[in-house]
Amino acid sequence: MLDTASAPVLELSNIRKAFGGIVAIEDFSLDVRAGEVVALVGDNGAGKSTLIKIISGVYAPTSGAIRIDGQEVSMPNATKAREHGIEVVYQDLALVDQQPVYMNLFLGRELTKGPFRVLDRRQMIAETERLVTELDVRIPSAHATISDLSGGQRQGIAIARATHWARKLVLLDEPTAALGVAETAKVEKTVAALKSRDIGVLIISHSLDQVFRLSDRICVLRRGKQIGVRETAKTDKNEIVSMITGV
Amino acid sequence: MSASSPAAPASPVRALLARINLQQYVVYVGFLAIFLFFAVVLRDSGFLTQRNLVNIVLQTAPATIMAIGLVFVLSAGDIDLSFGSTVAVSALCAAMAMAAMPAAAFPVGILAGLGAGLLVGAINGVLIAWLRLPSFLVTLATMGLVAGIGRSLTQLRSIPVTDPLFTGIFGSGSLFGVPSLVIWTVVAVAIGHVIYRQTRFGAHVLATGDNARAAQVTGIKVSRIRLWVFMISGGLAGLAGLLYAGRLQAAKYTLGETDLMTVIAAVIVGGTLLNGGKGSVIGALVGSLLMGMLNNGLILMGLSVSDQMIVRGLIILVAVAVSLREKTR
Ligand SMILES: Nc1ncnc2c1ncn2[C@@H]1O[C@H](COP(=O)(O)OP(=O)(O)O)[C@@H](O)[C@H]1O
Ligand SMILES: [Mg+2]
Repeated sequence: MLDTASAPVLELSNIRKAFGGIVAIEDFSLDVRAGEVVALVGDNGAGKSTLIKIISGVYAPTSGAIRIDGQEVSMPNATKAREHGIEVVYQDLALVDQQPVYMNLFLGRELTKGPFRVLDRRQMIAETERLVTELDVRIPSAHATISDLSGGQRQGIAIARATHWARKLVLLDEPTAALGVAETAKVEKTVAALKSRDIGVLIISHSLDQVFRLSDRICVLRRGKQIGVRETAKTDKNEIVSMITGV
Repeated sequence: MSASSPAAPASPVRALLARINLQQYVVYVGFLAIFLFFAVVLRDSGFLTQRNLVNIVLQTAPATIMAIGLVFVLSAGDIDLSFGSTVAVSALCAAMAMAAMPAAAFPVGILAGLGAGLLVGAINGVLIAWLRLPSFLVTLATMGLVAGIGRSLTQLRSIPVTDPLFTGIFGSGSLFGVPSLVIWTVVAVAIGHVIYRQTRFGAHVLATGDNARAAQVTGIKVSRIRLWVFMISGGLAGLAGLLYAGRLQAAKYTLGETDLMTVIAAVIVGGTLLNGGKGSVIGALVGSLLMGMLNNGLILMGLSVSDQMIVRGLIILVAVAVSLREKTR
């Protein structure tokens, strides 16, 4: 199935990233195919978030190549990644706290109308309400200010934003770390829905149960080194744990 | 939201109330309270005469124009301390250019005045947005620098402004009986409000001030936004300089000297947060009128200049306290 399926939407080859003297990622290579869920696991400080930020264009890799749909791209900034259909749910969510939900969903891509290109708030609100209902994000209203929402609701908004705009790939950085059981189940349902839309997913998670429920493959990082990639169906928790910890 | 939504609020009234933020209305309540206070206390001193009330609006016009610029700068998470001295240099540049080229006084004066303001704004913006220097320090430095240039330009002398077209349009003129300074105020506030509330640019300014990193990763050109808000502030300071020069029919290095505190107070009282992400152009207008009314009333009450400064300082303290309380609510 792996090689007969569509070509990879994302190919990382020999990615290396150093912050001054600290090597955060060394020699990392990974493919993500359309409709495939790849889990990225590793202890704190392993370099997982850094890797996500390299893919999304927040950091430039020190060396190595990123290909999207087989074409080598350089991503000097986040706009580029978005143009390629890549969306990210960052660990800190990247929400604007004093703005309403609908402005956050359209942040940087606000809808306008008329010759003077004034904000089309009505349209943004309508689309927001449709989206949060569809994803079952329970918020008081599309007008609610982000700072008034709970952690789970905020997470829901960040995920809704990514799934709304994604065309090829969604990167999720610990999307359920702060969530309860029911909210976690919703996020997992959303990931499954992305998969059925043929969108690639790269998810960082500390919950191995979740990783085994969701992913097709598991990639293990330890202190910036890529320890290995396993097909989820052909491995077990013990193997992954020992790859993470190195014992 | 639709009634079928499980999380829809109990009543639309409740939803509306939840969206109302007390702090946005403090300025209007404060304005009314102070107005009523003066109307009663100063009823025999001419506070309520039409002449006096119009005068308040005319006197606050330059401060209101500056306040609009400051709303943009603060909302983007920065501060501008230099607009007060920029006003003087802009007025001086306009006056000197008009004196040098009397044949084309009007266009030359506008170009020189606005150009000087935009130049200071651009210098601030480049240093802050691209060299990533803190706006407080950069504009503190340019404030001093520009004030020095203003003093040395004319060796502290005052330059007369005599072009009738210029003094009419930027000063004493009127259109259909409406004084030109009132027209400038209304037009600037209206345009500023629409840009701030109804355009993507305004939304990006607020996002930049609220969470610059989030703005950046959603594709907003944060550096460009920050450059722009300083250009706006500088340009509006230039316009304020033209209004001073037009109304006083002269330019001097002291113009705008005392406006820094007044304008900051007006903007904060008007509901704009010091730390960015939230503000109001209309609030700044009302805040500016409030400060002007306060000034006027305190003079009519016979308070000394030093007492006036103390009262204004106290008002700023109260305003900042309310603004921070709302923030950490
Ligand atoms: N901007 C940065 N500057 C310097 N070092 C960084 C930066 N970002 C991450 N690092 C370092 O890179 C390593 C990996 O961090 P991170 O990717 O956040 O790990 P993880 O998400 O797996 O917990 C850590 O040692 C961290 O200190
Ligand atoms: Mg991390």
